[in-house]
Amino acid sequence: MSIDTTPRQSWWTRIAHPGQFTAWTTPWLKPLAVVTVLLFALGLWFAFFNSPEDYQLGDTVRIMYVHVPTAWLSQFIYAAMAVSAVGTLVWRHPMADVSMKAAAPLGATFTALALFTGSLWGRPTWGTFWEWDGRMTSTLVLLLIYLGIIALWRAFEDQLRAARVVAIFTLVGAVNIPIIKFSVDWWATLHQPASVFRPDGPRMPGSILTPLFVMLFAFTFLFFTLHLMGMHTEIKRRRLINLERRAAERGGAA
Amino acid sequence: MIDLGPHAAFIIWAYAGVTLAVGALIALRIGQSRRIERRLSALEAQGVRRRSEKSA
Repeated sequence: MSIDTTPRQSWWTRIAHPGQFTAWTTPWLKPLAVVTVLLFALGLWFAFFNSPEDYQLGDTVRIMYVHVPTAWLSQFIYAAMAVSAVGTLVWRHPMADVSMKAAAPLGATFTALALFTGSLWGRPTWGTFWEWDGRMTSTLVLLLIYLGIIALWRAFEDQLRAARVVAIFTLVGAVNIPIIKFSVDWWATLHQPASVFRPDGPRMPGSILTPLFVMLFAFTFLFFTLHLMGMHTEIKRRRLINLERRAAERGGAA
Repeated sequence: MIDLGPHAAFIIWAYAGVTLAVGALIALRIGQSRRIERRLSALEAQGVRRRSEKSA
Protein backbone atom coordinates (compact mmCIF):
# COMPACT_ATOMS: atom_id res chain seq x y z
CA MET A 1 0.00 0.00 0.00
CA SER A 2 1.45 3.36 -0.98
CA ILE A 3 0.95 6.51 0.97
CA ASP A 4 0.07 9.65 -0.96
CA THR A 5 2.60 12.21 0.19
CA THR A 6 1.45 14.99 -2.17
CA PRO A 7 0.56 18.00 -0.01
CA ARG A 8 -3.15 18.78 -0.22
CA GLN A 9 -3.76 22.33 -1.36
CA SER A 10 -6.53 24.36 0.13
CA TRP A 11 -9.06 26.20 -2.03
CA TRP A 12 -7.39 29.47 -0.99
CA THR A 13 -3.96 28.28 -2.20
CA ARG A 14 -5.39 26.97 -5.46
CA ILE A 15 -6.93 30.32 -6.40
CA ALA A 16 -3.78 32.19 -5.28
CA HIS A 17 -1.60 30.61 -7.95
CA PRO A 18 -2.27 32.25 -11.37
CA GLY A 19 -1.64 29.06 -13.36
CA GLN A 20 -3.78 26.91 -11.08
CA PHE A 21 -6.52 29.56 -11.00
CA THR A 22 -6.65 29.54 -14.82
CA ALA A 23 -6.65 25.73 -15.00
CA TRP A 24 -9.33 25.50 -12.32
CA THR A 25 -11.68 28.14 -13.75
CA THR A 26 -11.30 27.67 -17.54
CA PRO A 27 -13.90 24.83 -17.62
CA TRP A 28 -16.42 27.27 -16.12
CA LEU A 29 -16.26 29.71 -19.04
CA LYS A 30 -18.40 27.84 -21.57
CA PRO A 31 -21.20 26.89 -19.14
CA LEU A 32 -21.28 30.49 -17.87
CA ALA A 33 -21.54 31.82 -21.45
CA VAL A 34 -24.31 29.32 -22.31
CA VAL A 35 -26.34 30.21 -19.19
CA THR A 36 -25.88 33.93 -20.00
CA VAL A 37 -27.18 33.51 -23.58
CA LEU A 38 -30.16 31.42 -22.41
CA LEU A 39 -31.05 33.96 -19.70
CA PHE A 40 -30.86 36.84 -22.21
CA ALA A 41 -33.04 34.96 -24.71
CA LEU A 42 -35.63 34.28 -22.00
CA GLY A 43 -35.39 37.81 -20.57
CA LEU A 44 -35.82 39.51 -23.96
CA TRP A 45 -38.75 37.26 -24.81
CA PHE A 46 -40.41 38.25 -21.53
CA ALA A 47 -39.46 41.93 -22.00
CA PHE A 48 -40.95 42.31 -25.48
CA PHE A 49 -43.48 39.49 -25.97
CA ASN A 50 -44.73 38.34 -22.60
CA SER A 51 -45.05 41.34 -20.28
CA PRO A 52 -47.72 44.01 -20.10
CA GLU A 53 -47.21 47.74 -20.32
CA ASP A 54 -47.29 49.53 -16.97
CA TYR A 55 -50.54 51.31 -16.05
CA GLN A 56 -48.60 54.57 -15.47
CA LEU A 57 -45.32 54.23 -17.40
CA GLY A 58 -46.82 52.55 -20.45
CA ASP A 59 -44.28 50.76 -22.67
CA THR A 60 -41.33 52.73 -21.27
CA VAL A 61 -41.37 50.20 -18.40
CA ARG A 62 -39.46 47.95 -20.86
CA ILE A 63 -36.44 50.28 -20.48
CA MET A 64 -36.39 49.23 -16.80
CA TYR A 65 -35.41 45.69 -17.88
CA VAL A 66 -32.02 47.03 -19.02
CA HIS A 67 -31.75 50.05 -16.69
CA VAL A 68 -32.22 48.26 -13.35
CA PRO A 69 -29.73 45.42 -14.12
CA THR A 70 -27.03 47.84 -15.37
CA ALA A 71 -27.57 50.09 -12.32
CA TRP A 72 -27.37 47.02 -10.04
CA LEU A 73 -24.13 45.90 -11.71
CA SER A 74 -22.60 49.38 -11.43
CA GLN A 75 -22.78 49.03 -7.63
CA PHE A 76 -22.26 45.25 -7.36
CA ILE A 77 -19.03 45.43 -9.40
CA TYR A 78 -17.73 48.24 -7.22
CA ALA A 79 -18.53 46.21 -4.08
CA ALA A 80 -16.66 43.23 -5.62
CA MET A 81 -13.70 45.52 -6.35
CA ALA A 82 -13.74 46.80 -2.74
CA VAL A 83 -13.63 43.20 -1.43
CA SER A 84 -10.72 42.50 -3.83
CA ALA A 85 -9.01 45.68 -2.58
CA VAL A 86 -9.13 44.28 0.97
CA GLY A 87 -7.64 41.04 -0.42
CA THR A 88 -4.81 43.04 -1.98
CA LEU A 89 -4.03 45.18 1.08
CA VAL A 90 -4.52 42.59 3.85
CA TRP A 91 -3.46 39.27 2.27
CA ARG A 92 -1.52 40.51 -0.78
CA HIS A 93 -3.53 37.91 -2.69
CA PRO A 94 -2.27 37.89 -6.32
CA MET A 95 -5.69 37.10 -7.77
CA ALA A 96 -7.25 40.03 -5.87
CA ASP A 97 -5.13 42.45 -7.96
CA VAL A 98 -6.12 40.65 -11.14
CA SER A 99 -9.81 40.67 -10.14
CA MET A 100 -9.76 44.42 -9.40
CA LYS A 101 -8.10 45.25 -12.70
CA ALA A 102 -10.40 43.04 -14.80
CA ALA A 103 -13.56 44.40 -13.14
CA ALA A 104 -12.93 48.16 -13.55
CA PRO A 105 -13.73 48.52 -17.31
CA LEU A 106 -16.86 46.39 -16.84
CA GLY A 107 -18.00 48.57 -13.94
CA ALA A 108 -17.38 51.74 -15.96
CA THR A 109 -19.35 50.39 -18.95
CA PHE A 110 -22.35 49.25 -16.89
CA THR A 111 -22.41 52.55 -14.98
CA ALA A 112 -22.37 54.50 -18.28
CA LEU A 113 -25.19 52.25 -19.54
CA ALA A 114 -27.23 52.83 -16.35
CA LEU A 115 -26.93 56.61 -16.91
CA PHE A 116 -27.70 56.26 -20.64
CA THR A 117 -30.79 54.07 -20.22
CA GLY A 118 -31.93 56.13 -17.20
CA SER A 119 -31.85 59.35 -19.19
CA LEU A 120 -33.76 57.70 -22.06
CA TRP A 121 -36.39 56.64 -19.53
CA GLY A 122 -36.37 60.07 -17.84
CA ARG A 123 -37.17 62.09 -20.95
CA PRO A 124 -40.67 60.65 -21.60
CA THR A 125 -41.37 60.13 -17.87
CA TRP A 126 -40.01 63.26 -16.17
CA GLY A 127 -39.68 65.48 -19.24
CA THR A 128 -35.89 65.73 -18.95
CA PHE A 129 -32.86 63.63 -19.89
CA TRP A 130 -30.87 64.80 -16.87
CA GLU A 131 -31.37 66.39 -13.48
CA TRP A 132 -28.63 67.12 -10.94
CA ASP A 133 -30.38 65.18 -8.20
CA GLY A 134 -28.80 62.90 -5.59
CA ARG A 135 -29.13 59.55 -7.37
CA MET A 136 -28.03 60.71 -10.82
CA THR A 137 -25.17 62.89 -9.58
CA SER A 138 -23.78 60.18 -7.25
CA THR A 139 -23.96 57.64 -10.11
CA LEU A 140 -22.06 60.08 -12.36
CA VAL A 141 -19.46 60.39 -9.57
CA LEU A 142 -19.23 56.56 -9.56
CA LEU A 143 -18.49 56.60 -13.30
CA LEU A 144 -15.73 59.19 -12.73
CA ILE A 145 -14.28 57.01 -9.93
CA TYR A 146 -14.21 54.00 -12.28
CA LEU A 147 -12.46 56.07 -14.96
CA GLY A 148 -9.97 57.31 -12.35
CA ILE A 149 -9.22 53.71 -11.32
CA ILE A 150 -8.66 52.66 -14.96
CA ALA A 151 -6.32 55.65 -15.43
CA LEU A 152 -4.41 54.73 -12.25
CA TRP A 153 -3.83 51.16 -13.47
CA ARG A 154 -2.36 52.58 -16.68
CA ALA A 155 -0.22 55.17 -14.88
CA PHE A 156 2.06 52.59 -13.20
CA GLU A 157 4.43 50.27 -14.99
CA ASP A 158 4.87 48.19 -11.83
CA GLN A 159 1.46 46.51 -11.52
CA LEU A 160 2.07 45.31 -7.94
CA ARG A 161 2.63 48.91 -6.83
CA ALA A 162 -0.36 50.04 -8.90
CA ALA A 163 -2.52 47.42 -7.16
CA ARG A 164 -1.81 48.88 -3.70
CA VAL A 165 -2.53 52.46 -4.82
CA VAL A 166 -5.70 51.39 -6.67
CA ALA A 167 -6.83 49.33 -3.65
CA ILE A 168 -6.61 52.36 -1.33
CA PHE A 169 -8.36 54.58 -3.91
CA THR A 170 -11.10 51.93 -4.36
CA LEU A 171 -11.74 51.67 -0.62
CA VAL A 172 -11.93 55.47 -0.25
CA GLY A 173 -14.33 55.63 -3.21
CA ALA A 174 -16.53 52.92 -1.65
CA VAL A 175 -18.12 55.62 0.51
CA ASN A 176 -20.07 56.60 -2.63
CA ILE A 177 -21.98 53.28 -2.76
CA PRO A 178 -24.20 53.86 0.32
CA ILE A 179 -24.64 57.47 -0.89
CA ILE A 180 -26.05 56.16 -4.21
CA LYS A 181 -28.24 53.63 -2.40
CA PHE A 182 -29.72 56.01 0.18
CA SER A 183 -29.70 59.22 -1.91
CA VAL A 184 -33.37 58.69 -2.76
CA ASP A 185 -34.23 58.56 0.97
CA TRP A 186 -31.93 61.35 2.18
CA TRP A 187 -32.75 64.01 -0.41
CA ALA A 188 -35.79 65.09 -2.40
CA THR A 189 -35.06 63.56 -5.82
CA LEU A 190 -36.79 62.98 -9.12
CA HIS A 191 -35.65 59.37 -8.95
CA GLN A 192 -38.16 57.03 -7.33
CA PRO A 193 -37.26 55.29 -4.02
CA ALA A 194 -36.53 51.54 -3.87
CA SER A 195 -39.43 49.61 -5.37
CA VAL A 196 -38.13 46.02 -5.56
CA PHE A 197 -36.06 45.27 -2.43
CA ARG A 198 -38.28 46.72 0.29
CA PRO A 199 -39.13 45.44 3.79
CA ASP A 200 -42.82 45.31 2.80
CA GLY A 201 -42.11 43.50 -0.49
CA PRO A 202 -41.87 44.66 -4.12
CA ARG A 203 -44.22 47.37 -5.33
CA MET A 204 -44.79 45.84 -8.74
CA PRO A 205 -46.80 42.92 -10.10
CA GLY A 206 -45.27 39.52 -10.94
CA SER A 207 -45.76 40.12 -14.68
CA ILE A 208 -43.21 42.96 -14.51
CA LEU A 209 -41.02 41.46 -11.76
CA THR A 210 -40.40 38.27 -13.79
CA PRO A 211 -38.67 39.90 -16.81
CA LEU A 212 -36.85 42.25 -14.42
CA PHE A 213 -35.36 39.37 -12.41
CA VAL A 214 -34.53 37.26 -15.48
CA MET A 215 -32.66 40.23 -17.01
CA LEU A 216 -31.00 40.93 -13.65
CA PHE A 217 -29.61 37.37 -13.61
CA ALA A 218 -28.70 37.57 -17.34
CA PHE A 219 -26.60 40.71 -16.81
CA THR A 220 -25.04 39.30 -13.63
CA PHE A 221 -23.99 36.12 -15.45
CA LEU A 222 -22.68 38.27 -18.31
CA PHE A 223 -20.50 40.05 -15.76
CA PHE A 224 -19.26 36.73 -14.28
CA THR A 225 -18.34 35.49 -17.78
CA LEU A 226 -16.59 38.69 -18.92
CA HIS A 227 -14.84 39.11 -15.57
CA LEU A 228 -13.43 35.59 -15.67
CA MET A 229 -12.31 36.13 -19.28
CA GLY A 230 -10.70 39.41 -18.26
CA MET A 231 -8.89 37.75 -15.33
CA HIS A 232 -7.49 35.02 -17.60
CA THR A 233 -6.30 37.70 -20.06
CA GLU A 234 -4.67 39.72 -17.27
CA ILE A 235 -2.83 36.62 -16.02
CA LYS A 236 -1.55 35.99 -19.57
CA ARG A 237 -0.58 39.67 -19.93
CA ARG A 238 1.56 39.47 -16.77
CA ARG A 239 3.22 36.30 -18.06
CA LEU A 240 3.83 38.07 -21.40
CA ILE A 241 5.48 41.04 -19.63
CA ASN A 242 7.75 38.59 -17.73
CA LEU A 243 8.71 36.75 -20.91
CA GLU A 244 9.33 39.98 -22.85
CA ARG A 245 11.63 41.15 -20.03
CA ARG A 246 13.39 37.77 -20.09
CA ALA A 247 13.77 37.97 -23.89
CA ALA A 248 15.22 41.49 -23.56
CA GLU A 249 17.71 40.25 -20.93
CA ARG A 250 18.78 37.40 -23.21
CA GLY A 251 19.10 39.81 -26.11
CA GLY A 252 21.19 42.18 -23.99
CA ALA A 253 23.44 39.37 -22.71
CA ALA A 254 24.07 37.99 -26.22
CA MET B 1 -42.68 42.87 -32.99
CA ILE B 2 -45.14 44.34 -30.54
CA ASP B 3 -46.34 47.92 -30.75
CA LEU B 4 -44.08 49.92 -28.41
CA GLY B 5 -46.39 52.90 -28.20
CA PRO B 6 -45.64 56.63 -28.55
CA HIS B 7 -42.20 56.36 -26.87
CA ALA B 8 -40.89 53.53 -29.07
CA ALA B 9 -37.83 55.55 -30.14
CA PHE B 10 -36.62 55.84 -26.50
CA ILE B 11 -37.05 52.09 -25.93
CA ILE B 12 -35.28 51.17 -29.19
CA TRP B 13 -32.39 53.57 -28.47
CA ALA B 14 -31.98 52.14 -24.95
CA TYR B 15 -31.79 48.52 -26.17
CA ALA B 16 -29.62 49.46 -29.18
CA GLY B 17 -27.15 51.32 -26.93
CA VAL B 18 -26.93 48.42 -24.47
CA THR B 19 -26.50 45.88 -27.31
CA LEU B 20 -23.76 47.96 -28.91
CA ALA B 21 -21.86 48.48 -25.63
CA VAL B 22 -22.15 44.83 -24.55
CA GLY B 23 -21.11 43.67 -28.05
CA ALA B 24 -18.10 46.00 -27.93
CA LEU B 25 -17.14 44.70 -24.45
CA ILE B 26 -17.28 41.07 -25.63
CA ALA B 27 -15.30 41.86 -28.81
CA LEU B 28 -12.70 43.78 -26.79
CA ARG B 29 -12.25 40.95 -24.26
CA ILE B 30 -11.89 38.31 -27.00
CA GLY B 31 -9.58 40.55 -29.09
CA GLN B 32 -7.29 41.32 -26.13
CA SER B 33 -7.07 37.67 -25.17
CA ARG B 34 -6.20 36.55 -28.72
CA ARG B 35 -3.62 39.31 -29.21
CA ILE B 36 -1.81 38.37 -25.99
CA GLU B 37 -1.99 34.63 -26.75
CA ARG B 38 -0.40 35.24 -30.16
CA ARG B 39 2.49 37.22 -28.65
CA LEU B 40 2.94 34.62 -25.89
CA SER B 41 3.07 31.76 -28.42
CA ALA B 42 5.63 33.65 -30.51
CA LEU B 43 7.90 34.15 -27.49
CA GLU B 44 7.51 30.58 -26.29
CA ALA B 45 8.32 29.33 -29.80
CA GLN B 46 11.61 31.25 -29.52
CA GLY B 47 12.33 29.26 -26.35
CA VAL B 48 11.89 32.17 -23.95
CA ARG B 49 11.01 30.88 -20.48
CA ARG B 50 10.72 32.45 -17.06
CA ARG B 51 13.59 31.82 -14.63
CA SER B 52 11.36 29.57 -12.52
CA GLU B 53 10.53 27.36 -15.52
CA LYS B 54 12.78 24.60 -16.78
CA SER B 55 13.74 25.02 -20.42
CA ALA B 56 12.13 22.43 -22.72
